Amino acid sequence: MADQHYPQDLLYHPEHDWVKIDGDVATFGVTWFAQDSLGEIVFFDPPAVGAKVTQGDSYAEVESVKAVSDVIAPLSGEIVEVNEALSDSPEKVNDDPYGEGWMVKVRLSDPAERDSLLDPDTYTADLG
Amino acid sequence: MTTYTSATDADRREMLETIGVESVDALFADIPAALRLDRPLALPAGMSEQEVYEHLRGLAARNVSAEDEITFLGAGMYDHYVPALIDSIIQRSEFLTPYTPYQPEISQGGLQVMFEYQTAISELTGLPVSNASVYEGPSAVGAAGYLAKLTNGRGKVLASRGVHPHSRETLTTLARGYGQQIVELPLRDGVTDLDALIAALDEDVSAVVLQQPNFLGAIEDVAELAAAAKRVGALVICACDPIPLGILAPPGTVGVDIAVGEGQTLGNRLDFGGPSFGFFAATQQLLRKMPGRIAGETTDVDGRRGFVLTLQTREQHIRREKATSNICTSQALNALAGVIYLSWLGRRGLVELGELLVARTAYAREQLRALDGVSALHEQPVVREFAVALDVPDVGRVIERVVADGINPGYALGCDYPEHANGLLVALTERRTRADIDRLADALGRAVAAERAAAGATVGARA
Amino acid sequence: MSAADQQLARGILGIPLQRDPVLTIYERSQEGRRAFSAPPLDVPARALDELLPAHLRRAEEAKLPEVSEPEIVRHYNRLSKRNFDLDTGFYPLGSCTMKHNPKLHERVASMPGNARLHPLQDPARAQGALELMYNLQGALGEIAGLPHVSLQPSAGSHGELAGVLLTRAYHEDRGEHRTKVLTPDTAHGTNPATVTMAGYEVVKVGTNADGGVDVDDLRAKADASVACLMLTNPSTLGLFDPNIAEIAEIVHGVGATLYYDGANLNAIMGITRPGDMGFDIVHFNLHKSFTQPHGGGGPGSGPIAVSDRIEPYIPRPQVIRRTGSANGGPANNGAAIAFDLDYERPKSIGRLRGFQGNYGVFVRSYAYICSLGAEGLREASETAVLNANYLLALLKRAGVAEYLPVAYDRVCMHEFVLSGAAMKRELGIRTLDLAKRLLDHGFHPPTVYFPLLVDEALLLEPTETETKETLEAFADVVAEILREAKDDPEIARNAPYTTPVRRLDEAGAAKRPVIRQPL
Repeated sequence: MADQHYPQDLLYHPEHDWVKIDGDVATFGVTWFAQDSLGEIVFFDPPAVGAKVTQGDSYAEVESVKAVSDVIAPLSGEIVEVNEALSDSPEKVNDDPYGEGWMVKVRLSDPAERDSLLDPDTYTADLG
Repeated sequence: MTTYTSATDADRREMLETIGVESVDALFADIPAALRLDRPLALPAGMSEQEVYEHLRGLAARNVSAEDEITFLGAGMYDHYVPALIDSIIQRSEFLTPYTPYQPEISQGGLQVMFEYQTAISELTGLPVSNASVYEGPSAVGAAGYLAKLTNGRGKVLASRGVHPHSRETLTTLARGYGQQIVELPLRDGVTDLDALIAALDEDVSAVVLQQPNFLGAIEDVAELAAAAKRVGALVICACDPIPLGILAPPGTVGVDIAVGEGQTLGNRLDFGGPSFGFFAATQQLLRKMPGRIAGETTDVDGRRGFVLTLQTREQHIRREKATSNICTSQALNALAGVIYLSWLGRRGLVELGELLVARTAYAREQLRALDGVSALHEQPVVREFAVALDVPDVGRVIERVVADGINPGYALGCDYPEHANGLLVALTERRTRADIDRLADALGRAVAAERAAAGATVGARA
Repeated sequence: MSAADQQLARGILGIPLQRDPVLTIYERSQEGRRAFSAPPLDVPARALDELLPAHLRRAEEAKLPEVSEPEIVRHYNRLSKRNFDLDTGFYPLGSCTMKHNPKLHERVASMPGNARLHPLQDPARAQGALELMYNLQGALGEIAGLPHVSLQPSAGSHGELAGVLLTRAYHEDRGEHRTKVLTPDTAHGTNPATVTMAGYEVVKVGTNADGGVDVDDLRAKADASVACLMLTNPSTLGLFDPNIAEIAEIVHGVGATLYYDGANLNAIMGITRPGDMGFDIVHFNLHKSFTQPHGGGGPGSGPIAVSDRIEPYIPRPQVIRRTGSANGGPANNGAAIAFDLDYERPKSIGRLRGFQGNYGVFVRSYAYICSLGAEGLREASETAVLNANYLLALLKRAGVAEYLPVAYDRVCMHEFVLSGAAMKRELGIRTLDLAKRLLDHGFHPPTVYFPLLVDEALLLEPTETETKETLEAFADVVAEILREAKDDPEIARNAPYTTPVRRLDEAGAAKRPVIRQPL
């Protein structure tokens, strides 16, 4: 399992998601804190490519052995790719939350929403 | 008084002192006085074990069971022989008295039984995914309907009239809650009418429900019906009698998505209708929407093989209002009887039993339809049950006459199938020998003749 | 077992070691072995093709095991020894009421007049069974304080579904279309799951500082869109809600029904009655308060009792007693019929299952009620509450209470909740670890991590059938485990050591499910 860290080049949502924006497409995943709270991830239920997601709403589910959690969209847009590798190896979310554990790529519909996201220092300050 | 507790007066005094209250009554102080029952329950006084035994023996003696008559009653539950080893195993405290296996380290016996059971059900149904049991047959059909609703959200379920009336009614009861409409498909020549199915299919059909063999004993051509349903993307649900599955095409190989059924015939007693168990198997795609417990294989920290309840995030205790079902306690002990029974029959035995039933049923069907006033209600192939039509005004009176000869001839179809008001459904198990069948034919022939004579006499008197 | 493990296992009881290599029944199979011998073919042989066309038949045999009777017996007996069970040891599994299962019940349920009675037997020739069911309906109705009982539901959750569907039928019959059902945040998961299955939206009601329903929150959420409040009293915290009359008034004030989850009935039999508290619908768990053995996950039975206004909708058929000659004259065979199955219930929600319910369970529960009688049932509840409070008092000792404080410090009913939060913080062991270490001492752990409201929860229900000495031994072991954890928390964290298997890889099982044997 990865050590606790919050990369400087990412933006964060208070529901423990990270975002990496590349032009009009963003990659979403969950933070180290989120995967640590969930415990060992055993299943990732991705959305369909083409589905619309809305900032602040759930777009997927992750399951540990005895819990199910919604994954909250940090930004709005349309799913253009999901991380198929997680279906066979959901533990990548635990092992490498910011790398191989990414969840979806989204074509953003409202780039201005990024202003509401947090930098790593603000996000980690709120973790207490 | 109860002898199942052991607190003595001295115990009570010491315990109350430790708790720090004066009396047992003080422990109930939270219950407002106005809500206290100020009288004893209006129930008879307690009895000794021996008295209770005698009382229950007296009640049981007023039932006419399959021990007391030669019975051809079936219609969903069947008087198969239950081998003695089943009683011996399921009465063991270690299987009889634990709760659901929440602590897998001390529940390996029960969990491995579930795994073995799931394997057997998968083999019988030809479907890769089985849960560890649901309540019983008709409610399993209802649960399958809910799975279809969760899977495609469509609004309608088409249920063949060949599906057990209890299953259709249960499905209707439950569907009123989860919001599906049940539409009945007629039978033609004793089996589901393919043309009527095709005519009823549209994009709003969530599932098509069949039964194999159907309620009239007829073998459905499930492959043909399932193929039609698939054309609009409907799921195919089939309720199966597991004994004929030893020789019939497994539902999973003929297009069925969800196979369910009543497990009573697998080593469970009649028990006036329960407890038995329902089995529930489905395709791989439906795995994460299945209801009920599922056991899975894994290893412990030392690498030993073991079993756990798995995929629990489907279930009510975790997913709560989003659970795939509300089921909690199911029928583990009855499912254990089921897997022991299948092991006892074994690979060859299940086939031999099926073939014996086919032969004896064919014989019985021929013997009965050869009687004056008795004809086959349909000509479809059958395995263990068939329907005949009696040319009499009142089937009930014929049954009473045959019963008076010590034989229960079967189930009168009229109350469930007004279109077969003169129908009689006759079931066989391996316990009904040729001699029994011959006695039935003799008694039924006499009863039908007597009823026809009586009816003729009445008509004559009126004329 | 490693030397270190042996050290840790020494001197404590544990259940017998059954650590031989595990084989399934399929792995014991050898071609040609068998246990079954088919009865002889005593009718003319016919070609199968002639009777059953090939395209309807199976192409390949189902790969069931090929084993002899002695092997089957030995296989399952060995498996049985890998189970812990109530007949062997203390099982304080909260909310499950693991009380003694009297042996008489197995004997009476097995009488051929019960065990081999076909469910479609003519009622005139099943009078004993119907009378038993009629009497059980009456007894359960009296215990609930609600006059009409249906025995049909197969388990508690099935009874809940019946109850919510009855609620739906009741409102719809009055032309009302309500959309929500309220459940407390302490509810069993079956409550919200049932609500969804019955087509309603779940709305949660909060819990107040005393562990009861937050009446203000209830008042705020109760309106004309609410169909029902599902409640258990005593609650899953083991506490009796003294505001129940007010709660009933609020719920009835908006025209909703009040549903009683009978999982906790063992606290109040003969002392107070749900019907008198204002409940409209109650379900019973015959496999809890009424001694049906749980069978490792069923069978159970979940009869319901309802008030007059709900009665028209109860499932059919209903067991009735025919009086006089009205509709009940001599049956065709001339025998008087007193007890019958009544299908003429036009407003009924219909069937919830096949036939008449889990009759075999009814026999056992009826025998139990006959044995105890009115006085014995009350004594059972009183002793259950006494035992729970005694165990709670024992666990308030120094060395335990600072790590496992009671979640709501009040007199409890038949069960109580401890929180392991302080234990986790101070000793570094979680509730799960305590539970696993209890296994090494030969006790079944309490229910853990439920109710969800309490952090690191343990829910303990000793039941009335346990002795004072057993409760004391259990409390001593809890104290011992905490003492041990203070010295070395690793011992509990790696427990159990003495069980047939140790902690299992549940994550691995869920990630790549192997749920059947490949054959």
